[in-house]
Amino acid sequence: MFEKALKGNNYYWMWLAFLGFFIGIAVICYLRQYFYGLGLTGMSRDVSWGLYISQFTFLVGVAAGGVMLVLPYYIHNYKVFGRITILGEFLAIASLLMCLMFIMADLGQPLRGLNVLLYPTPNSMLFWDMCVLWGYLILNALCGWVILTAERKQVKPPKWIYFFVYLSIPFAISIHTVTAMLYCGLPGRHFWLSAIIAPRFLASAFAAGPALIVVLALILKRVANFDAGKEAINKMVTIIIYAALANMFFVGLEFFVGFYSNIPGHKHTLTYLFFGLEHHGHVYNNLVPYMWAFVALFLLGIGLISHPYTRKQSELWLGVGCASIFFSFWLDKGIGFVLGGFVPTPLEEIVEYYPTANELFITIGIWATGFFILTVLYKIAIGVEHEIEA
Amino acid sequence: MDKKRRDFLKVAGISTLAGLGGTAVVDKIVAGASPAVANASTAAHAEKDTAHAKAPVAATGKRYGMVIDVRKFQNDPSLGEKAERACIEAHNIPEFPEKKDEIKWIWMTNYENCFPEKSQLYKDETTESHQVPVFCNHCDDPPCVRACPTKATFKNKDGVVIMDFHRCIGCRFCMAACPYGMRSFNWRNPRPFIKETNKQFPTRMRGVVEKCNFCAERIGVGEQPACVEACGESKAMVFGDLNDPHSEVRKILKENYTIQRKPSLGTHPSVFYIV
Repeated sequence: MFEKALKGNNYYWMWLAFLGFFIGIAVICYLRQYFYGLGLTGMSRDVSWGLYISQFTFLVGVAAGGVMLVLPYYIHNYKVFGRITILGEFLAIASLLMCLMFIMADLGQPLRGLNVLLYPTPNSMLFWDMCVLWGYLILNALCGWVILTAERKQVKPPKWIYFFVYLSIPFAISIHTVTAMLYCGLPGRHFWLSAIIAPRFLASAFAAGPALIVVLALILKRVANFDAGKEAINKMVTIIIYAALANMFFVGLEFFVGFYSNIPGHKHTLTYLFFGLEHHGHVYNNLVPYMWAFVALFLLGIGLISHPYTRKQSELWLGVGCASIFFSFWLDKGIGFVLGGFVPTPLEEIVEYYPTANELFITIGIWATGFFILTVLYKIAIGVEHEIEA
Repeated sequence: MDKKRRDFLKVAGISTLAGLGGTAVVDKIVAGASPAVANASTAAHAEKDTAHAKAPVAATGKRYGMVIDVRKFQNDPSLGEKAERACIEAHNIPEFPEKKDEIKWIWMTNYENCFPEKSQLYKDETTESHQVPVFCNHCDDPPCVRACPTKATFKNKDGVVIMDFHRCIGCRFCMAACPYGMRSFNWRNPRPFIKETNKQFPTRMRGVVEKCNFCAERIGVGEQPACVEACGESKAMVFGDLNDPHSEVRKILKENYTIQRKPSLGTHPSVFYIV
């Protein structure tokens, strides 16, 4: 089926070339980092994880979000999602590949990555994260490909594939749960040490993932003559609304626990993120604009996708609303959550993190690679759809 | 008939596989769930809980620990600098011009940074001006060992938490896991920044984590850790076996009120402070 990705109009090739440009820059930047070391990033011994790991964390959520299509379609036989389930599965593949690239970019000794397999360590959450991420990647590639092939031949998918489809559902939940456990099991990092991290991760994932799929479906309708169907979009928006509200509810609970209990450790990071943290006469607040943008974009997005007019009548505003939710939760989880957790340091000092240009270009390049893969996969999926219709 | 037999064989085959493989996996998980090596327990536990302890933890085994007398660092402010220098020289620790690249194993910090949970509104003058040495606590239940995905950091039989620099993949999970902020990462090639290389100890390459190793290479041959030696006769730092009731550290612990860093986290540090 790959031949479908090799035929496209000028816009298709221009888009791929555009992404390829950023990928090229990122390759050069990564080579610089590879030969110099991670010192080319803004990370330090006090903020020891930066953009790479925060993007990884967010993208695991995007990958898990695809299950919001798979579950209704396969478990509840919700036929309307039939056409777009493949979009969710292929988005999961592209997101997981980005996750793995971000992990590799973050390793100090990338060539030793296989040590995780050679010396399996079940007490490390990173070991389990690797297991579920690879598992979910393989499951999605397998299910997506087999079902698409069957669709192309216009036969029913083989029965055995359903075992793997059903298996992919708990895997989707587990990838984000285990990713949350990377953080919420660490003693002494009060902001992360919260049992609500995993549910919160899942809620924001089930909003951000489908929000991106809606945006992509609306774009595909314009550029690729692929209509996901009004009812499917409408149902997805409902899912996004509830998941987004759940995420904000959980964020609110964090605020309550911190500020009502008045325990300093529980308040420090929230204060730092949203209001700026005063320390020895200096107010540290470099993440404050991002956090308020998170809140503002959420309000804008939820307004646009909830209001009957913008939701049902205008595809443009619906797209803007979903994009707002996506960016909002990217700011929340892809910026604030990981970076904020390192403030204050275990020695109660404050070190702020600023990514370097080299690091930013690598990050952009990995995103571009993900969208490159996604474009190719979607091209194949839509090519098959058009072939059947013709 | 044939079909049934086939089905039976299938089921039998799968259950055998599950039985064989499954138990092996479970065994592995159970074995792995407890930290890599745990032959030593806290001194208190060893005495009180031997009968109740889940696993027969060797009260006879060694568990190295240290007692810091902060008052002596107060009396002689040069001691801190001496200990730091001794460590840097013994372990080929690079000194970078930029703070962002910083690597440190032992250093002096304020009392309130060392013991953030023990803050008070009106501190007495000595506490306020105290400079306290901080370094790896060599916890009895170390979160860094729990987090490491390759067993590159592990607890030795004598209770010392050490690193295998050749196995570390540089994921820095241990740095996020350490509640004391005692781990450093080689953000760039450290070798050009080592003032004078000590051939007795390896230098590191970029991309691996490192931290205080309680001078495992020295105590292995019966010497004292470099920082302890640097403090000389002042007894500002005393090193010894916490599991040996007749050791000097145990004697000091018996005679003095000591505190530990963040005891509420249940890591059971092996470093004690007299303030």
